[in-house]
Amino acid sequence: MMNNEKNKDNTTSSPLGRSGGAFDSNSYLNMELLRFTTAGSVDDGKSTLIGRLLYDSKSIFEDQLENIEATSKRRGEATVNLALLTDGLKAEREQGITIDVAYRYFSTPKRKFIIADTPGHIQYTRNMVTGASTANLAIILVDARQGIVEQTKRHSIIASLLGIPHIALCINKMDLVNYDEAVYNNIVSEYREFATRLKTKDIHFIPISALNGDNVVHRSQNTNWYEGVTLMYLLENIHIASDINHIDMRFPVQYVIRPYSDEFHDYRGYAGRIASGVIRKGDKVVVLPSGFTSTVKSVELDGKELDEAFAPLSVTVQLEDDIDISRGDMLAREGNIPKQSQDIEAMVCWMSDKPLQLNGKYFLKHTTKDARAVVKEVKYKLDINTLHRITENPQIGMNDVGRITLRTTAPLCFDAYTKNRDTGSFILIDEGTNVTVGACMIID
Amino acid sequence: MSYTLNHLKTLEAESIFVLREVAAQFQNPAILFSGGKDSILVTYLAKKAFYPAPIPFPLVHIDTGHNFQETLDYRDSLVKKLGAKLIIGSVQESIDKGRVAEEKGYSASRIRLQTTTLLDTIEQHKFDACIGGARRDEEKARAKERFFSHRDEFGQWDPKNQRPELWNLFNGKMHVGENFRVFPISNWTELDVWQYLAMEGIEMPSLYFSHKRRVFNRDGVLLAESQYIPMKPTEQAEEMVVRFRTIGDITSTGATLSTAASLDDIIQEVAASRTTERGGRADDKRSETSMEDRKKEGYF
Repeated sequence: MMNNEKNKDNTTSSPLGRSGGAFDSNSYLNMELLRFTTAGSVDDGKSTLIGRLLYDSKSIFEDQLENIEATSKRRGEATVNLALLTDGLKAEREQGITIDVAYRYFSTPKRKFIIADTPGHIQYTRNMVTGASTANLAIILVDARQGIVEQTKRHSIIASLLGIPHIALCINKMDLVNYDEAVYNNIVSEYREFATRLKTKDIHFIPISALNGDNVVHRSQNTNWYEGVTLMYLLENIHIASDINHIDMRFPVQYVIRPYSDEFHDYRGYAGRIASGVIRKGDKVVVLPSGFTSTVKSVELDGKELDEAFAPLSVTVQLEDDIDISRGDMLAREGNIPKQSQDIEAMVCWMSDKPLQLNGKYFLKHTTKDARAVVKEVKYKLDINTLHRITENPQIGMNDVGRITLRTTAPLCFDAYTKNRDTGSFILIDEGTNVTVGACMIID
Repeated sequence: MSYTLNHLKTLEAESIFVLREVAAQFQNPAILFSGGKDSILVTYLAKKAFYPAPIPFPLVHIDTGHNFQETLDYRDSLVKKLGAKLIIGSVQESIDKGRVAEEKGYSASRIRLQTTTLLDTIEQHKFDACIGGARRDEEKARAKERFFSHRDEFGQWDPKNQRPELWNLFNGKMHVGENFRVFPISNWTELDVWQYLAMEGIEMPSLYFSHKRRVFNRDGVLLAESQYIPMKPTEQAEEMVVRFRTIGDITSTGATLSTAASLDDIIQEVAASRTTERGGRADDKRSETSMEDRKKEGYF
């Protein structure tokens, strides 16, 4: 494995950050996948930071660079505009804004990374929520000259609401404050105080200059007072294996495999992706909502039996007993089952121009289950800049977050979102337009 | 025991989940099969997802008629091996029926014409979801694509008005006449694809491996000498040692000089490459947003 320093001046090395030599074909078998989100506004250097991560890890390709160089030049821009790498849509390029979540990929010898790059303006909260829904980590940028601003708080609150386990608060543009330790310390202590109200507990602080590359991939000589790691080191090494719930076995049945062939005449396999926990041959399981019990006969994929399987693997499970099970049912272990109810309390992030309707009916998708739901109550709207609760006649419109109560046509098998992001989340769909309008997180 | 997955297993689990969602949420889905590595991967993952049942989708090949013979041979043997159903949508037929007109000139290509044939084939067979092997790392417009991509009754993509896609919840609801494109390997990179194919020991078309071929240089792209591409008087074909990084219609697929003769060699080469695979695709070079324009019209 190569350290990053070694690659510093080797512009011919590969996107994998290797400096010459043969690629170890087996090393990738140990690479983990880390998904992170970046949120920020036009001026905080987010695009520059992403460009820097891609560039310094040798993940920008020559033809991509040529392409954006040519475009920048044609548009009369003085420097290469790295935002063009992520702003791919015509309308985005024309208007110079990011409309939608863009996904970017890069690898180092240690990990493969998926960046969900989301626009940070308040009107794009829904995109931030989308990007955050599957992220392990959120990068939040602070301009060292400005310190903590409203936007910093909003991004942090959304990251916390969506259950992102780790936050990297990057204090950017340190070059513009002469790499002053006091500036950094003030921002850190202010943020720490604010963060006591967040659910995300694992927060890291890094002084950087995305423009000059200080502490992004390479350690900076300008911040000798800083004893922490670089951003890239954090991304490569932060412990994410425990982000997944390996305790509560939940297996939402996605599809029933019945081959009806001579060879597999009586075969009945329950296909699905393990939402959490571990499932083994011989496990006693309960089928929900019916409550029937059985024993796991096999856990397999592609005809190969597995001793055990764990989240987030997609597998096929056979049971010893012939029970009526279909899509939308859930397997759990006896003695550790999810809650079941038709009355659901949740935080909702609204994603449609048409406001949430009290007593309105919506389609609902939860794990592999489809149901319908009616909105019984809007408890409050959350001010996502201050966490203040607005209880007087709360209206939930586009980009608003609020707490609601729903009644569903069929019972859901769920856990609190804070315990289980898969069984604790659902979406609401407009019955007329079929568009996804609400992202919901179930409250205990 | 530590329960960690490597990135390839994580991607596999995600793609299999998406493929099973398609089978569960749609009435009449199909796999768009081009014969390239990405559609081969999707087909292979579909086999895994439903085993021991057969793949519950037919393979649809939109055939420009300008193929490498190796692609057709591979396609036919794969279909036979999997016991899958093959449906061919022919661009030649669309031309013969007068649905589209052949482009003229040296750079004439049938890439744009494919869209009409594809939409006609979808309508004829009443497919409500077409599964494609597009990846988000391939092209900037694709970086914004959803797993479940909604298309209106004209097959058009509206990039500014896409449905939000949260967690692993995929919304395949639609009105009659609309349909979906589904991209199960959205999160894979070119290197991931090759690493996975090598890890699983999947047999690949010979075009991907280094071989001798007569090629000529047009605007920096090495094109195969072929009856389907008229050469300018100034263009000269010569034998070179090449392979193809992507495989599509012969008129727009550029070769790269390469001695990579095995999957491991290819992984080495891709890992060290300084250009994207679509750098050799003449169809993307037509304009800055040619992919987005084609996608809006109904292309993959």
